[in-house]
Amino acid sequence: MSQTFDVAVEVSLREGIADPEGLTIERALPALGFSGVSGVRVGKSLRFMVEAPDEAEARKQVEAMCERLLANPVIEDVAIAVNKVS
Amino acid sequence: MTAKVGVVVFPGSNCEHDVVEAVDAIGGCGELLWHKDIHLGDVDAVVLPGGFAHGDYLRTGAMARFSPIMDAVARFARKGGPVVGICNGFQILTEAQLLPGALYKNRGLKFLCQPAELRVESTDSVLTRGLAEGDQLNIPINHFEGNYICSEETLAELRDNNRIVLTYGENPNGATADIAGICNESGNVVGLMPHPERAAHPLLGSTDGALLLEGLISGG
Repeated sequence: MSQTFDVAVEVSLREGIADPEGLTIERALPALGFSGVSGVRVGKSLRFMVEAPDEAEARKQVEAMCERLLANPVIEDVAIAVNKVS
Repeated sequence: MTAKVGVVVFPGSNCEHDVVEAVDAIGGCGELLWHKDIHLGDVDAVVLPGGFAHGDYLRTGAMARFSPIMDAVARFARKGGPVVGICNGFQILTEAQLLPGALYKNRGLKFLCQPAELRVESTDSVLTRGLAEGDQLNIPINHFEGNYICSEETLAELRDNNRIVLTYGENPNGATADIAGICNESGNVVGLMPHPERAAHPLLGSTDGALLLEGLISGG
């Protein structure tokens, strides 16, 4: 029987790759009075539902999606969260 | 025989007519191909033109890579057919893994639309086979995501095999090793950020782009 899973994929720039957006934001924050902010990185977040027999299968599908389309491994890393919808 | 150059139109491409015009002006025959075509017909070369294929959704080139025509483009490339990706076309070729690396947002986050001084680094590519190493070209760039990024290993491979085709005189976008264009192992697949079709007539201020495009129609 298939179940529904709530999926969150966070795509971020790989470490070591300069992030001009993050840098711009980091420079803007002190001007607004927020001091002590460092390491700003900008990424994107994708949310969707997946039907799968179990969580392991759902995760496997999402990993394959990331590899083929959702992220570019040359410049991006992904963090995947899969939660069963009760 | 007139060389026929197929120019692929994706939804969101916007330089296809300029490429056809430039190819026709140097004695070739430009022909538009639709991204849903599954055959290339009898073309002698393929150009993926600039623009915003599929709106550049997700990442530049990420959706275009799955357009039906791309299987035929990959087969054509594997058989040694000349394939050139200009700007957005370069981004599509990297996403399709026909060329290594990726193109990311310009350092400085500015959309750049300006002339660029380029240096020919390698003549082992279909675009530069009629030129000499060290030749200087003046060809405009027009992009937001032209910052070429690749791993150390890829960079070494590109360098060792003479696959860096063009570099910028003054790096405008943060590209690794000033890279403006690269090619595959056999030199028949080339990607470049500058727009040769926009420097192919005296009225445009430079005809240096025609020198590159001539490589496409001059045959092997």
